Amino acid sequence: MSAATQLAQLSPQIHTISLFVNNAPGVLVRVALVFSQRGFNIESLVVSPGAEGRFARMTITCSGESEVLEQIIKKLAKLVDVVHAIDHTGDLAYETEIALIKIECPLEERTAILQITEHFKARVVDYGADSMILQAFGSSEKLDALISLLHPFSIAELVRSGKLLMARGKSTT
Amino acid sequence: MDIQEDVGRKLPTGGEKIIQCLEREGVEYIFGLSGGAAMPLFDALVDSKIQLVLTRHEQGATHMADGYARSSGRPGVVLVTSGPGATNTVTGLLTALMDSAPIIVLTGQTITPMLGKDAFQEADVTGITYPVVKHSYLIKNAADIPRIIREAFHIATSGRPGPVLVDIPKDIGQGPCDAPFCDEIDLPGYQVTTRGAPEAIAEAARLLRAAKRPVLYVGHGAVISGAGKAITTLAEKLRAPVVTTLLGKGAVDETHPLHLGMMGMHGTAYANKAVAGCDLIMSIGGRWDDRITGRLSDFCTDAVKIHIDIDPAEFNKIIRPDVSILGDARLVVEDLIPQIEMADTADWLKQCEKWRRLYPLKYPKQGGLRAQHVLDRLDALTQGEAIITTDVGQHQMWAAQFCRSRSNRHWISSGGAGTMGFGFPAAIGAQFANPDKKVWAVVGDGGFQMTFAELATASIHNLPVKCLIINNNFLGMIRQWQEMFYENRLSGADLEGNPDFVKLTQAYGIKAFRIRRPADADRILREAHEYDGPCVVVAEVVKEDNVFPMIPAGASVSEMLIEKPKHTLPKPSGST
Repeated sequence: MSAATQLAQLSPQIHTISLFVNNAPGVLVRVALVFSQRGFNIESLVVSPGAEGRFARMTITCSGESEVLEQIIKKLAKLVDVVHAIDHTGDLAYETEIALIKIECPLEERTAILQITEHFKARVVDYGADSMILQAFGSSEKLDALISLLHPFSIAELVRSGKLLMARGKSTT
Repeated sequence: MDIQEDVGRKLPTGGEKIIQCLEREGVEYIFGLSGGAAMPLFDALVDSKIQLVLTRHEQGATHMADGYARSSGRPGVVLVTSGPGATNTVTGLLTALMDSAPIIVLTGQTITPMLGKDAFQEADVTGITYPVVKHSYLIKNAADIPRIIREAFHIATSGRPGPVLVDIPKDIGQGPCDAPFCDEIDLPGYQVTTRGAPEAIAEAARLLRAAKRPVLYVGHGAVISGAGKAITTLAEKLRAPVVTTLLGKGAVDETHPLHLGMMGMHGTAYANKAVAGCDLIMSIGGRWDDRITGRLSDFCTDAVKIHIDIDPAEFNKIIRPDVSILGDARLVVEDLIPQIEMADTADWLKQCEKWRRLYPLKYPKQGGLRAQHVLDRLDALTQGEAIITTDVGQHQMWAAQFCRSRSNRHWISSGGAGTMGFGFPAAIGAQFANPDKKVWAVVGDGGFQMTFAELATASIHNLPVKCLIINNNFLGMIRQWQEMFYENRLSGADLEGNPDFVKLTQAYGIKAFRIRRPADADRILREAHEYDGPCVVVAEVVKEDNVFPMIPAGASVSEMLIEKPKHTLPKPSGST
């Protein structure tokens, strides 16, 4: 069983929501409160300015029951600062994520790690005496799989950007 | 304008600009309590035609603004200072949010360079209030004042109304503001749909035409949109009974033959039986609250459900309707009417009338003065002409049962939040908005003591507001639950130490009456009603009385209690 399938089975309902919001103070708190009121944990959150500086983009992944999520989306859309909120779960949207992985590794382990790195088209961005940093791009599932393969080694630090998403064609993100 | 003149022209301060913006919005009254950080605004009020109503506590100010708003449909405005002044408005904000009341709360704040530095009377007020406002602003730049005030009023009063908070640092209020007034609204994230989708309306009409046992369930949205006349026409055309929520009272005349009164936990037995027995239920501005539905798995299981609401987030929240129509209650019902034909529901109406005869509202006529009797007499006296506000508890439910509302915006009660202390200040606000109407607050001894300091407010303005205290020296609803579900193990229910409410009232220079015997109720209520000035009537009612009918929280209509059960019941599973 692949790591991705394993993860999918552990949390069967991972939702990806895109928000188009006013680029203003307090917006993030208002959004976060909609999740926390229902006891939903935000798994990842990416905020960045939109094409017009007046607006910003948020991509949020969270897990939970679909019925509750329907209410959360509606409550998000209801916020005055939210222009639109779209649940992309199940959409064929383009998704990507970046991971930085710092591995503490003696010289003899490096060959195996570099093989994995190459297979996943990741890059070594820092090569130190006792450690190295890998940078990997791709779908969240692909990164999950990479990280799970690196687990036997000593992962000292892991930073992931959170999922980025854009709807294809004429669909709105 | 030449340069000389321009130099001589004094720019308004931010505080003056805000007050000018409020004047442009048509504000007549500000309910508030002063304090250091709000001084620039209070100073600006000195030269304004807006009248300041100085309250004794900020909570009272918020409920006054709320009562003003609900009784008139116009937004109520509150002005308080920073820190504790602002945090004291949180209960009022929650109350207004839960019941969709348009209020604007202006709070003073420390100067911008001190924000977040624990300045004197500083509190992160926008942070504290996020969950209890429809929207909020912290003004960081005086140039934003006109836009923010315009947006605040637009947001508070449109769509599903609600409270908006504006936090104003003292340096913004004190400093100059040369921004022009703003009439444009540019809120891409805030769109309101008022007209229902024609397909949804056609589908609802089809279902209504096919229904044999329809019920129209009228909520607060119907009151807010003024849908009563349209609903009455629809009910008459369909020959469908009408039931109301606590807050929907008054949208449709409760003395109309098709009206079965209030439904839900303490609603009439016949309203609840009609809801349980219907084959179609249409919510008009109601949100299927837990006090209405009881146990969801038993609620109208076989009935078709239609939901009309202006707030899309209400759809599929509690129930999944067969048809949901997004829009203003009045406009949607008006669009429905032409598509409805006279229906033959004679058998169904006969059944409802049978229930009305079999299970009337009743109370024991012996054993001393009862709240139900006093409220029944108040109804006979006021004939639906008076605006009635209530507090929260047993008296509220009895008032809802016995004071039949005849017209829109004449019944004001804290429903969603269930805020004790609401009734009396709300009546003061309603009286300011309706100087020519009689306004009665019906309160309990518990809730009255939370905001009775506003007797001073009523006194200094010589407002003709009337307050009826149903005094049983208990938190009566708590005592009732403990008696029924907790083997009468009373805990925190006895209000031993209550003052003499007549003397307390008199201490404020306000006229007070006392009713002790049932036979005195009519005379004393009339005397108070006709008294030209504020007055309080204290009804010393029997200590231990219970509100019936009652559907225990989380139970279904089949478990409705018409009278006191012989045994202790299992603890209710539903919310509070």
